Amino acid sequence: MSLTNLIVILVQAGILVNMMLMAAAYMVLAERKIAAWIQNRVGPNRVGPWGLFQSFADVFKLYIKEDIVPAAADYKFHALAPVIAIGVAVTTYAIIPFSGPLIELDGVKYGLAMAPNMNIGILAVLAMTSVGVYGVALAGWSSNNKYSLMGGLRSAAQMISYELSMGLAIIGVVLIAGSLNLIDIIQAQTDGMWFIFLQPVGFILFLITALAETNRAPFDLPEAEPELVGGYHTEYSGMKFGLLYLAEYANILASSAIMATLFLGGWDIIPFLDDSTVLGLAPFSLPLVILGHMAFLGKAFALVFVFIWIRWSLPRFRYDQLMNLGWKVLLPISLVNIIVTGLVILFLQ
Amino acid sequence: MILDYMPLIIMIVVGLIFGVSNIVLAENLGPKRSTRAKLSTYESGMEPVKTARERFTVKFYLVAMMFILFDIEIVFMYPWAVQFRELGYYGLSAMVLFMVLLFSGYLYVIKKGALKWD
Repeated sequence: MSLTNLIVILVQAGILVNMMLMAAAYMVLAERKIAAWIQNRVGPNRVGPWGLFQSFADVFKLYIKEDIVPAAADYKFHALAPVIAIGVAVTTYAIIPFSGPLIELDGVKYGLAMAPNMNIGILAVLAMTSVGVYGVALAGWSSNNKYSLMGGLRSAAQMISYELSMGLAIIGVVLIAGSLNLIDIIQAQTDGMWFIFLQPVGFILFLITALAETNRAPFDLPEAEPELVGGYHTEYSGMKFGLLYLAEYANILASSAIMATLFLGGWDIIPFLDDSTVLGLAPFSLPLVILGHMAFLGKAFALVFVFIWIRWSLPRFRYDQLMNLGWKVLLPISLVNIIVTGLVILFLQ
Repeated sequence: MILDYMPLIIMIVVGLIFGVSNIVLAENLGPKRSTRAKLSTYESGMEPVKTARERFTVKFYLVAMMFILFDIEIVFMYPWAVQFRELGYYGLSAMVLFMVLLFSGYLYVIKKGALKWD
């Protein structure tokens, strides 16, 4: 690994972390604004025009808050849990290819994708979501609070249950693309069918499981206010709470970006047609790559809007309904989806 | 080969540094005016009854065990999915057989009531 390579990776890491922070700040604001709009309220409108600086004010307040660790809590693990949660959430951003090659240094092309050659791509995403369970479970256990413990347990059980269907929903895409590398998967969709048209069932399965994996309504049992106060972050305050909250929003954006990659063609701008001929730009030219990057972010944020919209429209599931949906409905459907996809591919070959 | 994974490792380190530095910063910036009541466990304003280190329902363990079984089997499917076109009908029929075995175990678990939450 050359020095240029290392510097580029560090710069990419800096850009991605800052992008995540800005996106999370404005997703929190968007969530509050959209919630207000759906409930016929005004929403935050004091800090800056339309409340644009609300999230920054909130972050500064979180920094100067007293950091309370309950006497009964296990201090080490109580502090470790938010670090795991945010560490995992940040790491996912290294896997997602946000754009095609933008610049060329020493004969190597770099874009806003940190690990473009990683051949296990999507498997690493699944691995990261699995590690994410530790953050939530540790946060719940270490607080030594009954609400936190129940929230952490529920969340862990829910995340691992829905991860099965998520893994199976991805296999449908892998069958068509024939690769685990996310860039290969995007290339397979470029200028042709996006996988949402070939895998509609897979897309819906992935959307539902992504809602459950990020603990969002209607699957937000881990923090069901009427039963569990705040769930696993009941005993968190100050920036530790802030980090858990940030990790949640970072995960929402990450899963939206992964959905955009797997099912909505990644940085492909127009479905069914060749982008470069329609727009009159050379393939892999800089304007086309930048437009593609914009298209990618547009798709990801449209999905983030869907997440928010669903949260403020649907009531919460009961816990047994949640487990039944995951194990008895989604799991068989995803297995059948794989078999049908396989048969159709072989039949058409 | 291992170099392709370097960005991931670097990003893990960046994420951990981000988390730790934020926590250290926040712990030192905020005021420290702790009282006994403030440090007690939150239980909706009541005096806490016992601790949370109690026994909880065994079903969470069952779910975790089933997850491990199924997840391992799903990981087996990934190499097959990548090599799917080369393996053709033979690979598909083998995988369907595998899924039937998996599914019969799944039906057994359901019939045993491992997922009854009441």
